[in-house]
Amino acid sequence: MSSARPAAADGAQGAQASASPPRAGRAQVDLERVKPYADHLDDGLMQLSFTLPVPYGLAARRAAQELAAKMGLEHPEVVHYERLTEGYTYFVMFGECVHSVDYASLSSESFDIEFMTEQEIEEYAHEHIGRPVVVVGAATGTDTHSVGIDAMLNLKGFHGHHGLEGYKVFRTYNLGSQVPNSVLVARAIDLGADAILVSQTVTQQNLHISNLTELVEIVEAEGQRKRLILTCGGPRVSNELAKELGYDAGFSKGTYPHHVASFIVRELAARLAESEEAPQSAQDGAWADGRGANAGAPRPRAPGADG
Amino acid sequence: MSKLGLDQGVVASCRAAAAQIAAQVAEEISSKTTVSVERTIARLLGIDGANALEVPLPNVLIDHVRDRRELDRGIAYWLGNALLADEARSPQQIAEAVDAGEMNLCELPRASEAAIRARVMGECEGRLEEISARMQERRELRERLGESPPPLRYVLTATGNVYEDVVHGLAVAEAGGDIVAVIRSTAQSLLDYVPYGPTTEGYGGTFATQENFRIMRAALDEWSKANGRYVRLSSFCSGLCMPEIAVMGAIEGYDNMVNDALYGILYRDINPVRGLIDQRASRTINGYFGVVINTGEDNYLRTADAVSAAPSVTASQFINRELARDCGVPDQQIALGDAFEIDMPVPNSLLLEWAQAQLTRELFPECPVKYMPPTRHMDGNLFRTHACDSLFNLVTIATGQGIQTIGVPTEGIFTPHVHDRVIGLQNTNYVFDAARDLGEEIEFKRGGIVQTRAQEVLAGAHALLQRIAEQGLFAALGEGVFGDVQRDAAAGRGAEGIVEVAEGYFNPLSELMRGAPSGV
Repeated sequence: MSSARPAAADGAQGAQASASPPRAGRAQVDLERVKPYADHLDDGLMQLSFTLPVPYGLAARRAAQELAAKMGLEHPEVVHYERLTEGYTYFVMFGECVHSVDYASLSSESFDIEFMTEQEIEEYAHEHIGRPVVVVGAATGTDTHSVGIDAMLNLKGFHGHHGLEGYKVFRTYNLGSQVPNSVLVARAIDLGADAILVSQTVTQQNLHISNLTELVEIVEAEGQRKRLILTCGGPRVSNELAKELGYDAGFSKGTYPHHVASFIVRELAARLAESEEAPQSAQDGAWADGRGANAGAPRPRAPGADG
Repeated sequence: MSKLGLDQGVVASCRAAAAQIAAQVAEEISSKTTVSVERTIARLLGIDGANALEVPLPNVLIDHVRDRRELDRGIAYWLGNALLADEARSPQQIAEAVDAGEMNLCELPRASEAAIRARVMGECEGRLEEISARMQERRELRERLGESPPPLRYVLTATGNVYEDVVHGLAVAEAGGDIVAVIRSTAQSLLDYVPYGPTTEGYGGTFATQENFRIMRAALDEWSKANGRYVRLSSFCSGLCMPEIAVMGAIEGYDNMVNDALYGILYRDINPVRGLIDQRASRTINGYFGVVINTGEDNYLRTADAVSAAPSVTASQFINRELARDCGVPDQQIALGDAFEIDMPVPNSLLLEWAQAQLTRELFPECPVKYMPPTRHMDGNLFRTHACDSLFNLVTIATGQGIQTIGVPTEGIFTPHVHDRVIGLQNTNYVFDAARDLGEEIEFKRGGIVQTRAQEVLAGAHALLQRIAEQGLFAALGEGVFGDVQRDAAAGRGAEGIVEVAEGYFNPLSELMRGAPSGV
């Protein structure tokens, strides 16, 4: 059932797999048809938990099993279920996934930029950019959580990695949380920013997507898209999603400041080399009025559109 | 009896410094009122509802006077005068007439100041008695049905839709939750008005409106009566409408309220003076009606390092207690904030957390401290978070905290789902039962890690309090003493809503509730 394909040509995983010769009888992973693994290759076992808005009882249990079967899980098993309140039942389930994915074709598309250390970034920027790089960041929209943007920008950083503020090359401006997209863009233009960092930590009902999209639209409307490097990050952001929304890069869980920094200096150096013309500071003062938080008589606004 | 070997002389000195800081704050804000304090008086007098443009009538009324530059006399003066001018109209009808453009409060014939005072004070007294009677009924219900022994399990709901919050609230009650708190929509703290009516759309939470309060209260009262255990409700007197929400909560029978200006000042960039004036009014109301307030020190540890910033939490607890007592709130109603936020890989993090939690209990034995779960370093690995919550629960029960916000496995991923709350409660229930009397069995080694840590934190808090007492709280905020966030007393949102009071200003609410002189 497993094919004797040569080690995948594109990455560490392939190299690692080929480094340890298989013992007799040990199955090989078929990277074109990968399934979940529990304790046997290709057993396909998955666990899931969810609530159904139905009363607790055997009918509820059957409903959960049927739903799991529709999801492509064979031998769906309810290992635990309980009443949450009248009309709501919670399930923990296992089942064998019948589907597989073609990992071989995916792995080469992954976000794979080469990260530099803090020291290397400073040297690289000195050599290829030769001036301070201005970075403006914020948690935008209704997101009140500044933990992500603080981890990337503040001197203290995260898990022992300096934020961008600690680098010589960066001039950073952390605008904090609940910053309207229009204010972020206005500040970026005012400061002659090279890059914008947007953080979306806790979101509901996919609010982060509409919020991230709006920022891109504003930047484009201001004719700044070519000049500004746009990056975003957060637990529910991926590089793929970011690119789809019109960003240059997206950073997910496990990102440290030097990852973001590596991307920014490389991207900026590439753009400078292309245009030969360093970005100028924007001097349009009218932008400063775009804010208007709490100004004037109260008018209930659309929820979430607070400024 | 101290398990930590604390130097009581240092503790006394901390209290003295905190009292001095609170007195300075009271002095600095004494000649000022705010638009939200004035709207609160309007609400207390029964003014509610919103106009066709959805502007709440308390806002319509206060803006009407403010636009005429007459708010420095206080809304009580103008309403009292209007009540005398037209005996047939109630405060609500006056507000409606103002909204319709049929009445200009500042151009009515003026009655004597003494007559105005007597009229409006009488009106206020009647309303206070009405609300107090209802709060008394609620206290009786609470006692009759009974509550769980502390630590009370405080659970948040945050669906955005009040009717879904009811479902979550009932599930939480069924799983053993003692206090249900509906988180507000993230945008609400910066609104300088309270939205009106039931709401079904909010982000990261549900708008606090009086109608939403009523819907939650009715559902939880029904559950409490059917199941023989009283479930409390809580909301948030924070942001730009602190005192208004305090009055709304009292009217609807809310038992607890998060009530801390510092949170809005540090994390929502609300003007510090505005925040502290509003806090004073809201705490006065909560104190008067017997509502338990929660302070927000726990939040500092989300932005500052939990190991090095621990003294700022303790210092803030001292200050917050004095600021609350100054508003007439007794210790039994002051749930000071604390949190379990040390990063998991820190060696002996459990011992450091234990020391901090025990320290808070020993410093404020009569205060039902509100202990917050780990959030900052929770990384989406919900199984790891669940494990961390178990240790948090252990410290909570072993140190005898008064209120515990339960930890939820999906912390830091999204606004937790209904079953996440229940799973969090199941963890809490297990640990509380398993270690119910652990605290009684424990003494700490003299000079050991726990004692040493607690003593160091207290010493750090002492030094900080002395520094703040010297420079004043507003200057300290400017230096970023709390949460590593700097706030300038002259900047921030809502500053335009501060009003310097004129000769003859009076605030019936604070006079009746605290016997305090006018202009507070």
